[in-house]
Amino acid sequence: MKRLLTLISLLVLASMVLAACGPGAAPTYECTDALGCVKIGPTEPIHLAYWGVLSGADASLGEDSKRGVEIAIDDKGGKLLNHDILLTTEDAGCTPEGGATAAAKLASDTSLVGLIGSSCSDETVGGVAAITNAGLTTISPSNTRPVLSSPDRGPDYAGYARTAHSDAFQGKAVAEFAYNFLKVTKAATLHDGSAYAQALQQVFADEFTALGGEIVAQEAVAKDATDMKPVLTTISAAGPELIYYPVFVAVGGFVTAQVRDVSGLEEVYLIGSDGIFTADLLKGGGENTMGMYLSSPDFSAFTGDYAGFIAKHEAKYGGSTLSTFHAHAYDAANILFAALEKVAVVQEDGTIYVPRQALRDAIFATKDFQGVTGTLSCSASGDCGAPVIAVYEIVNSDPASWNPASADAPNPKKVYP
Amino acid sequence: MKKENLLWNATKIGLLGGAIAIFICLVGMAEIFSKRDVVETVITLGQFVLLATSVVTGFTASRQAINLLGPNQPLSALTAGLIAGLFTGLVLTLFVVAGDKVNIRAVFLNASPTLYSLLTFGKGVSNSWVLAVGGAMSGLLGAGYLLLPELFRRTINRALLVTVFMALFSNLFRVVFINQGMEQIAKFIFGQTGLTMPGSLIFFFGVILISWFWNYRGRQIQSGVARLPKSGQLSLRAATIALIAIIALGLPQASGPFIAQVIVTVALFILMGLGLNITLGFAGLLDLGFVAFYAIGAYTVGLLTSYGIFGLQHVSFWVAVPIAVLVAMGAGFVLGLPVLGVRGDYLAIATLGFGEIVRLLAGSDFLAPYFGGPQGIIGIQKPCLGILGPFLKIDVPRVCNGIELGKPQDIYYVAVAAALLIAFVAWRLRESRLGRAWMAIREDEDVAEALGINLIQTKLLAYMLGAAFAGLGGAIFATLIGSIFATSMQLTVSLNVVSLIIVGGMGSIPGVIVGAIALIGLPELLREVSEFRYLLYGMALIIMMLAKPEGLWPSQATRRELHHVEVEADVKA
Amino acid sequence: MRTSLGERLLDMAVSGFLWGIRILFVAAILIGTIVSIRAGKYSGEQWIDFVVFGIAQGSIYALIALGYTMVYGILRMINFAHGDIFMTGAFGAYFLATWLNGTGFIDKNPLLGLLIPILFAMLVSAGIAMLVERIAYRPLRGAPRLVPLISAIGASFFLEYAFRGFFGPGKYAYPPITALEGSWNILGVSILKVQVIVTIAAFVMMAILYSIVMYTKMGKAMRAVSENKDTAALMGIDINRIIVSTFAIGAAMAGAAGVLFSLVYRQIDFFMGFTPGIKAFTAAVLGGIGNIPGAMVGGIVLGIFESVGPSLFLEGLGIPRPYQLKDVIAFTMLVMILLFRPSGILGERLTTKKA
Repeated sequence: MKRLLTLISLLVLASMVLAACGPGAAPTYECTDALGCVKIGPTEPIHLAYWGVLSGADASLGEDSKRGVEIAIDDKGGKLLNHDILLTTEDAGCTPEGGATAAAKLASDTSLVGLIGSSCSDETVGGVAAITNAGLTTISPSNTRPVLSSPDRGPDYAGYARTAHSDAFQGKAVAEFAYNFLKVTKAATLHDGSAYAQALQQVFADEFTALGGEIVAQEAVAKDATDMKPVLTTISAAGPELIYYPVFVAVGGFVTAQVRDVSGLEEVYLIGSDGIFTADLLKGGGENTMGMYLSSPDFSAFTGDYAGFIAKHEAKYGGSTLSTFHAHAYDAANILFAALEKVAVVQEDGTIYVPRQALRDAIFATKDFQGVTGTLSCSASGDCGAPVIAVYEIVNSDPASWNPASADAPNPKKVYP
Repeated sequence: MKKENLLWNATKIGLLGGAIAIFICLVGMAEIFSKRDVVETVITLGQFVLLATSVVTGFTASRQAINLLGPNQPLSALTAGLIAGLFTGLVLTLFVVAGDKVNIRAVFLNASPTLYSLLTFGKGVSNSWVLAVGGAMSGLLGAGYLLLPELFRRTINRALLVTVFMALFSNLFRVVFINQGMEQIAKFIFGQTGLTMPGSLIFFFGVILISWFWNYRGRQIQSGVARLPKSGQLSLRAATIALIAIIALGLPQASGPFIAQVIVTVALFILMGLGLNITLGFAGLLDLGFVAFYAIGAYTVGLLTSYGIFGLQHVSFWVAVPIAVLVAMGAGFVLGLPVLGVRGDYLAIATLGFGEIVRLLAGSDFLAPYFGGPQGIIGIQKPCLGILGPFLKIDVPRVCNGIELGKPQDIYYVAVAAALLIAFVAWRLRESRLGRAWMAIREDEDVAEALGINLIQTKLLAYMLGAAFAGLGGAIFATLIGSIFATSMQLTVSLNVVSLIIVGGMGSIPGVIVGAIALIGLPELLREVSEFRYLLYGMALIIMMLAKPEGLWPSQATRRELHHVEVEADVKA
Repeated sequence: MRTSLGERLLDMAVSGFLWGIRILFVAAILIGTIVSIRAGKYSGEQWIDFVVFGIAQGSIYALIALGYTMVYGILRMINFAHGDIFMTGAFGAYFLATWLNGTGFIDKNPLLGLLIPILFAMLVSAGIAMLVERIAYRPLRGAPRLVPLISAIGASFFLEYAFRGFFGPGKYAYPPITALEGSWNILGVSILKVQVIVTIAAFVMMAILYSIVMYTKMGKAMRAVSENKDTAALMGIDINRIIVSTFAIGAAMAGAAGVLFSLVYRQIDFFMGFTPGIKAFTAAVLGGIGNIPGAMVGGIVLGIFESVGPSLFLEGLGIPRPYQLKDVIAFTMLVMILLFRPSGILGERLTTKKA
C-alpha cells in the first residue's frame, strides 16, 4: 500500500515538474489590457461558465437560471462572433466554502471569458474575491443580498454585477402590500436562520414600522426544525394579523402545514417570498397553502418578450419554470454577449482576443439594455436590475397546477400591484 | 456433493453482485459516473464500475471455490467465476426487462429512460442480453485473474489503479499542462473527460514496465544505495528532500488557485486531524464536538481582523492567530473540564452536544450583535508580509505595505507551513512523557491513575492541545474564505475529521495526512466523488473497520493491538 | 514531580467549577421561569398547548429511544444508524400510503389506513436494521469499542445518502388522513387529533415492548444477554438470534415512529433521522440507558422541555428569538444529566429487578 501511494505521488509530482518547465505560448497580438487578454484560437469555442447551486435541496434555483442562460445561447444560434459558445457549469452548493471552491476552480481556467452566477448570495460572498482577482467578471441572476451591489461593497466585488433585485426592494414591496393593500397594522415575522431570510424579514419589519404598522413578534427557528407549533404559539400570543416568513422550502413547508393548527392563527394572512416561490411549497404545505401570498419579481412587468421566452422554455424543456430567476439569467447572458461583441478584437484569421478589463468596463457601462426583465442599466457598483416586485396569491394547492407564467390559469396569481 | 455446494455458492455470490449492481444504478452512480470516461469513447467510469462489480464477483466466487476444493481445480474455479458473473449480468438484464414493463420511476428517481438506455448501450430492451453475456465473460475474467501468479496480479493491480487515477484527474492535468503551454502533449494524453486511448495505454504499460524494472533491478539499486558511504546517503536524502521542497514551493504557481485551494483545505483538515489525533488517537477521548474549536479559532480571527462592523481591534493576521490559538486552548479547557469524569460513548454524545451548542449560539440572533448571527462576519483581512497601514474606517481594508497573501496560492504557503509545524509538534509530543501518559490513559484509565498519572491534568492537556490545533486550522480557514458563517461549523465537519483519522490510522501522523488526502482532497477534486461523498465515506468507514481497522498508514501500536501480533515480534521491532 | 498541593488545588478548582455550573444552571432556570410567568405573555391555555405539543414530539423521541436503549443494553454500543432506520420506515410508509391514498383506500378505512402503513414501516425498518447488523456490526462484535462505533457512523452516512440517491434531496409530503384532521376537546382543552393518536400509539407500543421484555421467554433471554453475554451463551441461549431480534424490534419501533412523525409534521426527506436520532439518544440517557420505561420518560421529558423551555426559561432571561436555541436546551439537559446524574432519571437498569 505504501509503495503504491509513493508511486502515485511521484507520478503526480513528476508531471507537475514537467508542466512547470514547459515553454510559454508566444503571442502575436499586443495585449495592452491591465488584466490581460484571453486568446481564442480560430477553431476554438468561446468558453463561458455558469456557477451556482446545482445539487441539493436548492438545486431548482440554480437549474432554473442555468436554463435561462442556455436559452440565451440558443437564441444566438450557439455562436458568437463566428465562434461556438461553450458553456460549462460549476456547482457551488449554496455555501460560502462551496462558492470559494467553485470560484477557485473557475479562476484557474484561463480559457474562460465570462461567468454567469452565482445563485445564492452566500456563494458570492465566498467566491467573488477569487473571480475578481483572476480578472474575470460575473453577472449574477439571483443574488439578492443588498450589500452585494451597494456602493461601499469593497474592491473584492469589482468583477461582480447582478441583474437580480436587491432584497431592500422586496422587503419594502411586501411591507407596502401588507399595510396598504391588506390593511393590516400588526404583523409578525419568522426566519429560519439563513442570512437571506433574516435580512429580508428585517427590511420588511423596518419598512412596515415606517409606514405606521406594528411588528408584534419577530421569531426564528433553526433550519432543521420540524415542530413549528411552539414558536407559532409564541407568535400567536402576540396577536398578529399577518405572518411574514421569507424562508426556504424546508421551514416554509412545515410552517404552512402547521400554522392553522395553532389556536389564534386560524385567520392570519401568510406571506412568503421567492425562497418558497416553487411548487415544492405546495407539496410540503398541503391545503394550507390556499390563499397564501408570495412575493417575487413581477413577471408581468417584464417589459421584454417574456411570453416569447416562456414559449422557448416550454419547447426546450417541457413543463413550467422551476424558480423565479430564469429571465434574469437570460438577460445576464445577453448583457455579457453584448459586452463581448463590443470589446473583442477579432483578427483576420478568426483569432479573438478579449481584453479582460475592457470587458468588465463594458458590462458595467451597460445602459438602457432592452432585456426581458426590463430596460436595464448597470450602476457603478454592479446593480443592473430593474426591480419590480409583485405579490402573488396561491389559488390552487395542487402542486401539479403550479404555473405562474400561464396566461389563462396562473397559479399563483398576481394580486398586487 | 461438493460440486452442488459450489454451484450454490457461486449463484449466491452472483446474485449478491447483481444486487450491488442494481444498487449502483438506482442510487444514481451509474448515470453520474457515466459522464466521466476512463478511456474516452471506449469506456465510461459508470461502465467501468459495473464491469468491476461483476469481475470482483467472479473473483470472489472463484476464491471461494478454491477454498472449498483446494488449489488444484482451476476448471472448477473458472466455472464458479463464470456462473457468478452470469448471474450478476442476468440480474441486471432482468432489471432492464422489468423496467420496460413496470415503471418504478415514481419511487426510484433514477430509474429513468436515460439509465436504461445506458445499460443497453442505447439499443433498447432487446439488447439487454448483452449484460448477461458481459457479466459471464467478466466473471470468467475475474476468476482467471485469481489464477495468475501473485506477482502478475500485483503489477496489473498497480497499473490499473494508476491508469484509473490518471483518468479521474485527467481534466485537471490537462488544464495544468495547457496553462504551461504544453498543449500538444496535454491533448495527446489527457482528454476532456478522461484519458485518451494512447494516454491510457501509456500509463498502463508504463507502470507495468516500471514495476518489472524495479522487480529485476530494484534490489540492486537499493543495495547499491545502502553501500554508499554515510555522506553519500545523506546527500541523496538531502537531494530528495530538496526536490520535494522545490516542487511543493512551486506547485501553487504552476497549477493555479483551484489546486492551491484544495491543498489548503486538505492542510486545514490535516491540522484538525492532528488535533483530534491527540485527543482521540493518543488519549482515547472520543470528542465529536471538535468543530467547536475550529469555529472558535475562526471566529476569533474573524472578530479581531475584520474591517467590517464586527471587527474588534482590526489587528493583523499574525497577531490574531496566536490569540486565536490561545482562545481555542482556553475553550478546550472550559469544555473539557465538565466532561473529565465522563467515559466512552457518553463522552461522544456530550461533546457532540457541545459542538452543536457552540454552533447554535454563534449563529443565533441572541448573540448576533457580537458574532454577526446569520449574516456572519465578513471582511476578514488577508495576511500581510509587511507593515499594515492604519485602520481608517469600517468596510475599508487596511492597506498592506508589502506582499499581501490574498490568493489561495499565497495562503497555501501559510497553511502548508502550519501543517508541517504542527506535525512536528505532534510528533515530539507523542515521543514525550506526556504522549506516553496519554496512551496509558487510552489503554486503561484506572491503571494509569494507579501508576501516578494525574488524570485531570493529562486529559485537560489532551483537550487543550487538540483544541489549539483545531483553532489554528479555523484561523487559517477564516482568512482563506474571508468570511465566516455559523453554518460552516456543522457536526458533519467533526464527523469528517473522525473519519479521516480512523481511515488514515488512529494515532498515526502520516495516517492523518493520508486520511485527509483521501477523504477531503478527493471529493474536492472529483465532482463525481463529491456527489456521492458521504455515501462513499460510509462505505469506506464500514469497509475499513471490517478489513483494516488500524487504518491505511497505521502506527505500530495500533496495528499490533488490532491484529494480535505476537509479543516476540514487537521486541525485535 | 508535581506537588500534591498543586494537584489538590486543581481538584478543588474542578469541583468548584462543577458546583458553579450547577448553581448557575438552577439559577438561570429559576430566574427565567419566574420572569416569564410574571410577564404573563401566555395564557394558561397556551402553556397547556406548549406541553401538549411537547408530549406529542416527545412520544416520537421515546419510540426511537426504545431502540437505542435496547441495543445499548445488550451490546453496549450506540447505534448511530438508528435515527436513519427511523427515516427508512417513514419512506417505506410514504410510498405505500401514497399508493393507498391514490386508490381512495385511506379515506374509506381510516383505521386501516393508519395501521397498514405502520406495519409496513415496521417491516421495512426491521429488515434494513437486520441487514445493517449483519454487515456492519456482527463481524465486529469482539473489537475494541471504538471500531463498531465508527462502523455505525459509516452505516448512518450510508443509509442517509443511499436514500438521497434513490429518492432525491427534496422533501416528500406524506398524505394526511382526513379522518384525523381537526381536534378533540379533552377536559376542556382543544388538542389535535393526530397528537392524541401519536401519543396513544407510542404508549401502546411501549407497553407491548415492555410486556415482551418482561413476560416472554425471548424477553427473558434478552435480559440475560444484556446482563452477561457469555453466561447467557453457556445457558444455551442463541446469542445471535437474540441480538438480531433486539435490533429488529428496536428498529420496528423506530419505523413506527417514522410514520407517526410523518402524520404530525407531514414532510419527510432523507436527512430527517439525523437530529431526531441524536435527540432520541439524549432521551434514552435522560431516562436511564438500558431502561425501557426510562426511554419513555426521557422522551416525554425531553419533548416537553424543548417545547416549553424557550418560552419558559429563555424568554424570561431576555433572550430574543428563543426557539432558535431549542436544541441548545436539549443538549444542555444532556450535558447536565451526564455530569450530575449519569444513571438518568429512572436510573440505569440494564437488568431487571429480582423475580
